[in-house]
Amino acid sequence: MSSIISISGVTKTYATGFKALKEINLDIERGEIFALLGPNGAGKTTLISIVCGIVNRSSGSVTVDGHDISKDYRAARSLIGLVPQELTIDAFETVWATVNYSRGLFGKAPNKDFVEKVLRDLSLWDKKDAKAITLSGGMKRRLMIAKALSHEPRVLFLDEPTAGVDVELRQDMWAMVRRLREDGVTIILTTHYIEEAEAMADRVGVINRGEIILVEGKAELMRKLGRKQMTLELRAPLTAMPDGLSRYALELSSDGGQLTYTYDNQSDRPGVASLIRDLEAAGIQFRDLDTKNSTLEEIFVNLLRQEP
Amino acid sequence: MNLRAAMNLRAVWAIYRMEMARAFRTVLQSIISPVISTSLYFVVFGSAIGSRITEIDGISYGAFIVPGLTMLSLLTQSISNASFAIYFPKFVGSIYELLSAPVSYLEIIIAYVGGAATKSILLGLIILGTAALFVPLRIEHPFWMVAFLVLTAVTFSLFGFIIGIWAKTFEQLQLVPLLIVTPLTFLGGSFYSIHMLPGIWKTVTLFNPVVYLISGFRWSFYGKADVSVGVSLGMTLVFLAVCIAIVAWIFRTGYRLRN
Repeated sequence: MSSIISISGVTKTYATGFKALKEINLDIERGEIFALLGPNGAGKTTLISIVCGIVNRSSGSVTVDGHDISKDYRAARSLIGLVPQELTIDAFETVWATVNYSRGLFGKAPNKDFVEKVLRDLSLWDKKDAKAITLSGGMKRRLMIAKALSHEPRVLFLDEPTAGVDVELRQDMWAMVRRLREDGVTIILTTHYIEEAEAMADRVGVINRGEIILVEGKAELMRKLGRKQMTLELRAPLTAMPDGLSRYALELSSDGGQLTYTYDNQSDRPGVASLIRDLEAAGIQFRDLDTKNSTLEEIFVNLLRQEP
Repeated sequence: MNLRAAMNLRAVWAIYRMEMARAFRTVLQSIISPVISTSLYFVVFGSAIGSRITEIDGISYGAFIVPGLTMLSLLTQSISNASFAIYFPKFVGSIYELLSAPVSYLEIIIAYVGGAATKSILLGLIILGTAALFVPLRIEHPFWMVAFLVLTAVTFSLFGFIIGIWAKTFEQLQLVPLLIVTPLTFLGGSFYSIHMLPGIWKTVTLFNPVVYLISGFRWSFYGKADVSVGVSLGMTLVFLAVCIAIVAWIFRTGYRLRN
């Protein structure tokens, strides 16, 4: 069995009648970094909260490493570390006390050396005696991670881990996530910063209006749904598109100085070489060209647009 | 199956220890302040009224009010300790950690109610110790004194836990202790014997559950009671059972916790 989390037919309807999740089926592979993408209110946090035991589901089942999250909640939950989106810490506890508390809560024997290592890895050791209320936002975020890692989880949920975090800390977090993955920890990360998923994820799931609309390997997704774009800077502006180039569906900039050619990655007929030959034949010269792959963000926006 | 395997005792200990650490961190508010206010009652009521009512049921007035005043502190502090302990993580959002931990409802209850009850029992003992400095205190039934102390502390900590889960605002959190429990305690025979009340009020008072707690507790000190000790004990146990039933329902349905 390679999947560590198996979500099957999970739905959630809140007391208000709002259907937050409609029949979710999802398997998370052991040891992968899985990014769950979706706009605000798509159901990301509800789904995570159900797996972690914070919210009761309306129907369906979830197993973590084969343990049912209801019948065998102790075994299931002890495998999971959760870093929620909001910075919710008891402000008057010290860093040291609150991280050791988390370890105890998850039933682990005290281990000062391990807690020290977690705090050092997250650059919090110097602050171990400081109260949480005195920490900066970035440090509080790291403290939340330290609490989640304190009981040596095999699955780590990061709910919007880099929301409101500066670039340096974001890079540090990405490095930490990769280190954890090397140690065999499965990481599920929700984000609406697509670049985060692009930089880290092995697989990507897209959730919208309580439904998973796509699950795909990141590279595969970008290959299948990605597009390429070539932009040519012309030596002399064009006033109109020459007839011989109409089959390429080129776009001419308003000042006539740039030609843009968009083609998808899978197509057997990108025709870049023939386009350049035809441009020469039409007497159009260019002084520079630039190509770029579409980002995951563009793919994501396109996917959501296609939704009814 | 041994207890260690069946229960997450480390979690119980972690929560309990954190709750106790919170009490000692706020010692002024959680211990010193209630001791001072209760001592003021001894001094003011004991000497001001005590000079006019010299004794009730053969007990000097100053000594007579000690069990009732201790009960007043025990009830209000048990409720406020336990309700705040569970409301605060709900309010700041840190409850997520408790709900996502491999902890059973029973363990959560033991830890939080245990912490709250320990604090109010300690407080009750300190108040009794302080009272002994002002009035001649004697305890005829020490076992029953401790039993009433512990039972009441546990019952009202459970009650506080329920209020903490039910409350959505700080105002609601204060509502029950201030508007229900404190008046019931004042009218429950803390400062007088219900036999001193005129006819109809004596009957009305019997609907006040706090009467039974104070009466039983006072009996353990002086061997004199407004109602029989068995009834006092029975009423306390009934209230405990009601609280346990409500808590069981809360946890079964996830009421205001997992929804």
